[in-house]
Amino acid sequence: MAAYALRRLLQSIPLLLLVSLIAFGLMKLVPGDPAMVMGGPNATADEIDAIRRNLGLDRPFWVQLGAFYWNLAQGDLGRSLLLGQPVGAAIVERLPATISIALYSMGLTLVFGLSIGIVAALRHNTIVDQAAMVIALLGVSLPNFWVGLVLIVLFSVQLGWLPTGGYVAFGDDPVGWLRSATLPAVSLALLQIGLLARITRSAMLEVLRQDYIRTARAKGLSEWKVVGKHAFANVRIPVVTVIGLIFSVLLSGSVIVETVFSVPGMGALLGNAILRRDYPLIQGGLLFVAAALMLINLLVDILYAWCDPRVRIGGDAR
Amino acid sequence: MTAAPLLQVEGLTTLFRTGRGEVAAVEDVSFALAAGEVLGIVGESGSGKSVTALSVMGLLPEPPARIGAGRIRFEGRDLLAMPARERRALRGAAMGMVFQEPMTSLNPVFTVGDQIVETIRTHDRLPLSAARDRAVATLARVGIPSPARRMQDYPHQLSGGMRQRVMIAIALACAPRLLLADEPTTALDVTIQAQLLDLMRDLQTERGMGIVLITHNMGVIAEFADRVLVMYAGRVAEEAPVEALFDAPRHPYTVGLIGATPTLEGTGGALVTIPGTLPRLGDGLPGCGFAPRCLRATAACRAAPPPMVEVAPGHRVACLHWDRPTPGEARAPRVPA
Repeated sequence: MAAYALRRLLQSIPLLLLVSLIAFGLMKLVPGDPAMVMGGPNATADEIDAIRRNLGLDRPFWVQLGAFYWNLAQGDLGRSLLLGQPVGAAIVERLPATISIALYSMGLTLVFGLSIGIVAALRHNTIVDQAAMVIALLGVSLPNFWVGLVLIVLFSVQLGWLPTGGYVAFGDDPVGWLRSATLPAVSLALLQIGLLARITRSAMLEVLRQDYIRTARAKGLSEWKVVGKHAFANVRIPVVTVIGLIFSVLLSGSVIVETVFSVPGMGALLGNAILRRDYPLIQGGLLFVAAALMLINLLVDILYAWCDPRVRIGGDAR
Repeated sequence: MTAAPLLQVEGLTTLFRTGRGEVAAVEDVSFALAAGEVLGIVGESGSGKSVTALSVMGLLPEPPARIGAGRIRFEGRDLLAMPARERRALRGAAMGMVFQEPMTSLNPVFTVGDQIVETIRTHDRLPLSAARDRAVATLARVGIPSPARRMQDYPHQLSGGMRQRVMIAIALACAPRLLLADEPTTALDVTIQAQLLDLMRDLQTERGMGIVLITHNMGVIAEFADRVLVMYAGRVAEEAPVEALFDAPRHPYTVGLIGATPTLEGTGGALVTIPGTLPRLGDGLPGCGFAPRCLRATAACRAAPPPMVEVAPGHRVACLHWDRPTPGEARAPRVPA
């Protein structure tokens, strides 16, 4: 198991190198002179020169590449043009909001997505099943900016229970964090709950049809054990993959939801970076998101092996 | 057979809800099984053998299935009138079942040991170590080499024959008095089939279990069963002690089945078949289900289902013309004793 994890970790190194190369190439792909693009139409020649020097664009290609990796190895992602602070620091500053909302949202998704899916499968073809699937379909179809706005109107404006926006760090004030993170987390989670519920339901229906479920019943196990142990242990195999995908989506941050709720998170940061052509920040964000996705994929693969002995232990006797 | 039978099924009718309304997969099936007796149930695919066994075990999903009529008594107790909890306590303990598909009948994500120990601990509140010991002993009894090590194996690490032995071990772990074996050897190699049947026979003599053996293999029946129930289209066609069935089959379908069994002494010509196919469920034939394929069939056969007639002690036939074999019917080769 540990060897498997290590092997997968080593396998992700070439991929990370490739992504970093793409991130570096970003600067080369900017049409025209990147310094002029970044400086904007009103920049003076001196300002553009300053940007060019700042980014090292006046140096030969190989020197630039070497410097990029040298800095990267030291954890230096460059300086954001827009914020005037190091890219690494800017990301670290925005990360807690995105991660905490992503975790909150993931928690909601797991609890509601799994339970709605399982209940729907157990009550297959009944009104309960149909109601669950209508809810799931709504979750998938309603755009999250609209859901976010409706939630604000309902819970902030009408009922006045929760703030309309802003973000309170968990460390500063846990209750304040809960109040500020709930609406963004819910509007992010609705779509994922819908997805997870549908996938859980179909996986559960598939598993409940299997012969080993009949065997479990033939052994005289309680229905709780049949479903909770024998069925769920098999349902979680396909579901783990989907959960990994969902978490990587949540972790990349949502421009829309962070904008609607004025949350200072990764989505808002990178959205702005793209709009303002802040290339060092885009580079850093790309690297960070790619590394995070790879890490999550690695975790998913390890979880997968943990869930499924057929992956963990080879050697099919047939 | 004076004592109360181990298992008594009376007028069992099992219905399935389908797109074309409710249809009977099993209709008015009755039989009894004494302790220590082996009852073979034969018939082709779709004749209701498995549904009968699953009805006895209470393993049919409801809906779409539903027991429409009849009574199932196990050691005198009416299973259908029993609360679900009591019935569950019997499953896996007093009555065990072995299924046709060893490849898919074990849960792929739990070890073999886990799956046996779980059964034992569900029914007998034993400490884990004692349950483990009993599981190892049961695995050893069903012929699994180095059973203590196999306990840690996952099903995908075992061959089909080994998996079926594990299934038998699970069914036997709590020393059931009734074993339902639904085509336990059909999916396996012929040599493994023979080994497993020998094993089941040994276990049966050793423990005096009653066994219901479902198969479509007349050779297995001839070798293993004491009595035989021939099913056709959800109904009992004929019931007889095994010798009587092979010596003097009365139902034209039984005659056909025996005739269609290839033998080593055969002439080497084309295989004998019964012309036609099973009627589809819910086709609503008012009369005998076999009439469309039967050379003896008359208008009376097609009008109403034929009643059961006792033609000899313990030999019952559902055929109006049981004593009128028709030329051209497949001849029954005698099965050597």
